[in-house]
Amino acid sequence: MATGTTPTPSATPTARRGVLTPGRAAISARHLRTDRWWLPPLVTALGLAAFIGYSTWRAFANSHYYAAPYVSPFYSPCLATNCADMKGGADWALFGDWWGLSPALLVLIFPLGFRLTCYYYRKAYYRGFWASPPACAVAEPHAKYTGETRLPLILQNVHRYFFYLALPVAGILTYDAVLGFRDEHGRWGHMGLGTLVLLVNITLIWAYTLSCHSCRHIMGGKLRHFSAHPVRYRLWGWVGVLNGRHMLLAWSSLISVGLADLYIYLVSSGAFDDPRFF
Amino acid sequence: MTQVERHAYDVVVVGAGGAGLRAAIEARERGMRTAVICKSLFGKAHTVMAEGGIAASMGNVNSGDNWQVHFRDTMRGGKFLNQWRMAELHAKEAPDRVWELETWGALFDRTADGRISQRNFGGHEYPRLAHVGDRTGLELIRTLQQKVVSLQQEDFAETGDYEARLKVFQECTVTRVLKRDGAVAGVFGYVRESGRLFVIDAPAVVLATGGIGKSFKVTSNSWEYTGDGHALALLAGAPLINMEFIQFHPTGMVWPPSVKGILVTESVRGDGGVLRNSDGKRFMFDYVPDVFKEKYAQSEEEADGWYTDPDTHRRPPELLPRDEVARAINSEVKAGRGTPHGGVFLDVSTRLPAEEITRRLPSMHHQFKELADVDITAEPMEVGPTCHYMMGGVDVDPDTAAARGVPGLYAAGEVAGGMHGSNRLGGNSLSDLLVFGRRAGLHAAEYAAALGADERPVVPEEQIDTAAAEALRPFSAEEAGPDEPGGQGPAENPYTLHQELQQVMNDLVGIIRRGPEMADALTRLTELRARSRRAGVEGHRQFNPGWHLAIDLRNMLLVSECVARAALERTESRGGHTRDDHPEMDRAWRKVNLVCELTDPTGGLAATDPEHGQIGLRRRDTDPIRADLLALFDKDELRKYLTDEELDG
Amino acid sequence: MSYEAHFRVWRGDAEGGELRDYQVEVNDGEVVLDIIHRLQATQAGDLAVRWNCKAGKCGSCSAEVNGRPRLMCMTRMSVFTPEETVTVTPMRTFPVVRDLVTDVSFNYDKARQVPAFVPPKGVAAGEYRMRQVDVERSQEFRKCIECFLCQDTCHVVRDHEENKTSFAGPRFLMRIAELDMHPLDAAAEVGLTRSSSAQEDHGLGYCNITKCCTEVCPEHIKITDNALIPLKERAVDRKYDPLVWLGNKIRRRDA
Repeated sequence: MATGTTPTPSATPTARRGVLTPGRAAISARHLRTDRWWLPPLVTALGLAAFIGYSTWRAFANSHYYAAPYVSPFYSPCLATNCADMKGGADWALFGDWWGLSPALLVLIFPLGFRLTCYYYRKAYYRGFWASPPACAVAEPHAKYTGETRLPLILQNVHRYFFYLALPVAGILTYDAVLGFRDEHGRWGHMGLGTLVLLVNITLIWAYTLSCHSCRHIMGGKLRHFSAHPVRYRLWGWVGVLNGRHMLLAWSSLISVGLADLYIYLVSSGAFDDPRFF
Repeated sequence: MTQVERHAYDVVVVGAGGAGLRAAIEARERGMRTAVICKSLFGKAHTVMAEGGIAASMGNVNSGDNWQVHFRDTMRGGKFLNQWRMAELHAKEAPDRVWELETWGALFDRTADGRISQRNFGGHEYPRLAHVGDRTGLELIRTLQQKVVSLQQEDFAETGDYEARLKVFQECTVTRVLKRDGAVAGVFGYVRESGRLFVIDAPAVVLATGGIGKSFKVTSNSWEYTGDGHALALLAGAPLINMEFIQFHPTGMVWPPSVKGILVTESVRGDGGVLRNSDGKRFMFDYVPDVFKEKYAQSEEEADGWYTDPDTHRRPPELLPRDEVARAINSEVKAGRGTPHGGVFLDVSTRLPAEEITRRLPSMHHQFKELADVDITAEPMEVGPTCHYMMGGVDVDPDTAAARGVPGLYAAGEVAGGMHGSNRLGGNSLSDLLVFGRRAGLHAAEYAAALGADERPVVPEEQIDTAAAEALRPFSAEEAGPDEPGGQGPAENPYTLHQELQQVMNDLVGIIRRGPEMADALTRLTELRARSRRAGVEGHRQFNPGWHLAIDLRNMLLVSECVARAALERTESRGGHTRDDHPEMDRAWRKVNLVCELTDPTGGLAATDPEHGQIGLRRRDTDPIRADLLALFDKDELRKYLTDEELDG
Repeated sequence: MSYEAHFRVWRGDAEGGELRDYQVEVNDGEVVLDIIHRLQATQAGDLAVRWNCKAGKCGSCSAEVNGRPRLMCMTRMSVFTPEETVTVTPMRTFPVVRDLVTDVSFNYDKARQVPAFVPPKGVAAGEYRMRQVDVERSQEFRKCIECFLCQDTCHVVRDHEENKTSFAGPRFLMRIAELDMHPLDAAAEVGLTRSSSAQEDHGLGYCNITKCCTEVCPEHIKITDNALIPLKERAVDRKYDPLVWLGNKIRRRDA
């Protein structure tokens, strides 16, 4: 009676697929939303595009990334020999001297991979760039959809390994922020506006990294019985609180890392003098 | 001969709420091919609205609890009019029925040591209600639904067909129970979606259709509650009892108008909420009746102490049985101390911290926020009585749930009468569904299994023709000739008829009743009945709500007449029946059941004589309460309910 | 306060239909379902609509209001201006039956495909012991009222009919998560790994976590964050540890 009809017309003509599939309510409009549904994906796409543009330029620039005692987060750690000399910084020439491109490219793949596979950013770029879907209940323009079931998108499942890699990167940026408590000659006990910029940035980076869904899973989400693991349950709870703000943290840490680099660029290129507090 | 879809099953269950699903599960587990028929989608039954919990004396929170205490509370709540054997079985079996749900995947709230947590509720001496926040009914339905699916998965593994032994016919309405030689032979109904008519041949039918609230204007009940099972039983020749007892839940929403009547769970009061009138007074202290004087607190200090230390304090009067609280609210409003929208204030915002309220009463918080734009953590709710539950119903054998007088017919849940007497305690409904749902399924299965293949009654063809003509009449209403009992006249809009019926019942047979008003109601019901013969609809048979309502009107009118007649007859006030002209409870009335039967014994609906109507009423004395059960009460208490002869005898 | 509102309601059946215009009275405090009922009672007696509790607890009156999947009983008229046209259509992911009623059997079919709770062996009824902290995650998912709005809004099936065979939809992936997090579910003992089965048999990989299910959920269940992503992570535990995965790939190619 009302049960037992499984509709599966597999070879639907392209014009009549999705919400226009025969049998569904015959409404010609692809959506009937009256609000400004296009605004959030548009803002997302513009925001991401702006960051990609800026970071690409800066990553390839290979200049103005060090202004003692500050190093740009795009260029730390430095793994090639062609880096500027950073006093006491994370400057390990692991790659030897054959690397001729910008050293930033060697390290940026880690945060890039982390953010590219992040559950929030996935939502953001699937909606913003790929319109899959552009907004809820707004038809997407694609004829076929397989989601994350096959290559390459099945690789999104490696997110947690990028999370593991993001931890040492965040550790190094923390170290860089601590180095900011020196003056330009390497003497400790000083602080400038740049120090503050790096501190804010690393705080947001940590908050974003720890708010990651994979982190929440590893901390305790994978457990069956919280009651048997009170410490991990508490950790899961804390990460859960951060996780609830994952989108906010994703954006604010993205902006802060860009601004931190910009700040160092401005100081390093001489456009601006770092105000010293003490 | 009418063309209808034909199916055959061993057991047919009408209704897919808690009782229906529990019955179906039991019948299927006993090896019977079982069909469940429901008016809504599978899993949407009105049971989902139950909020507070399932009463079962598991003693997880207070180990002093046991079935005897639960039995006592139930009898007191029902003012001793309960079918005591049902109350006994219910109290004894409820814990097993709750525990069984856990093995099917239910997740109740827990105590600190990992057992099922239990909460306080009106009329229950100890914390007794197994619950999940305030959405226990949803948990119950979902668990039963998933158990049905799991049985279907077993059948699929074995036979390759999910529906080999248990099939849900969703969005179908049953309009007649068919009989041969006095015994059940099957059911007749239609598919709401397509309008197709069908017959299911089956020797055993379990009615589990719920209540009758849609006959009233202000009700917490959904559209499905049109008294279908009550009417089906009457039409099949089975009597109904206790139809005068209708529970008006004290706290329904009163604003905005579109949600008027929707329930505000009793847990709000169980968790500390208090009732205040427009003067800010906690008025319930003025309404503790004599029979409850020793059990309830006399002062606010004492009442407030109870929430944390129930052993040395008496309970707050807000937790009196529902009938008492409903009457109190009604009196306050009548005395001009009501809120702007005609209710009283129910306040939890000044009693508990905001986060505690949202944790304990999440769906109430949500409901008021979304529907009324009221934040219950910051301001009081406005509440008033709403028609909630029908205590009366099919007269059944307490052990087997078999309807009296019709072999093969069973009834469980709200549609069955007797269990709750004159007033039901909160939480006793869900346990009733499980206990008697199981019993009905069990005995229906045994009855069906005991019949040989050649002993199964065969549905008489002419009954199918009559039932089909009756179901399709609304499409030809305007052609109704002078032979039609409704006489000639223009077609009537079923929605208008329904609204008029609700108004009549609400105004004249409502929470406070008067003799002349009920007599008036009976006259008006007669008029409505005549007009309803001409209820007509436009459009075609496919998912046509106007047609569905026109058919349901027959049931609502029948049931409403039972209510009005029985209420007029009972010249006392007891539980869910309050007479302004007979305000006292009368011990002589306690053992009297008013039995409603169809006046036309053929099951037709010919009689429209205003004096006699369609319902005949007779009095019947109930069986005396078994001595060992009486011994659970003290003599002084019994004296308030039982006559001296009963006590001495 | 009361005013005349302009409603456009889809009328029709599987053969075809149209958005029909109605002028209808709206009073203070009403919701969209009230207006639909008023249309039924006064202008369109045969207007088909499902509803039950009218309090957002049964999940029957799902539809799309101004293009957004909503429960009609929980959509207050006060969110619209009196001048605004309110368009009400049936859910557009399921076959239509008539007017606002759709054939939601897809969901019931999917429900049957999820293996039921497996009770632990040797634990009698009444002996179940579970801690509140251990049941809370599954309890959140059991708040689901099965309105199927998440299934309706999910682009995997809304925009791609052909995916209906292989994708269970958010509601039933959440059901798998619920059982996987149930403290006493004994599926593993009978050889069923719910998380990898979610991936292999129920189409978890189709979900691209764009969160529309969470956005429309009238019960405010965090479907994506609390059910689907944790389920994906649990599947990763089982399946996408890259070394294990690579090993499996190579072995399968050899075979």
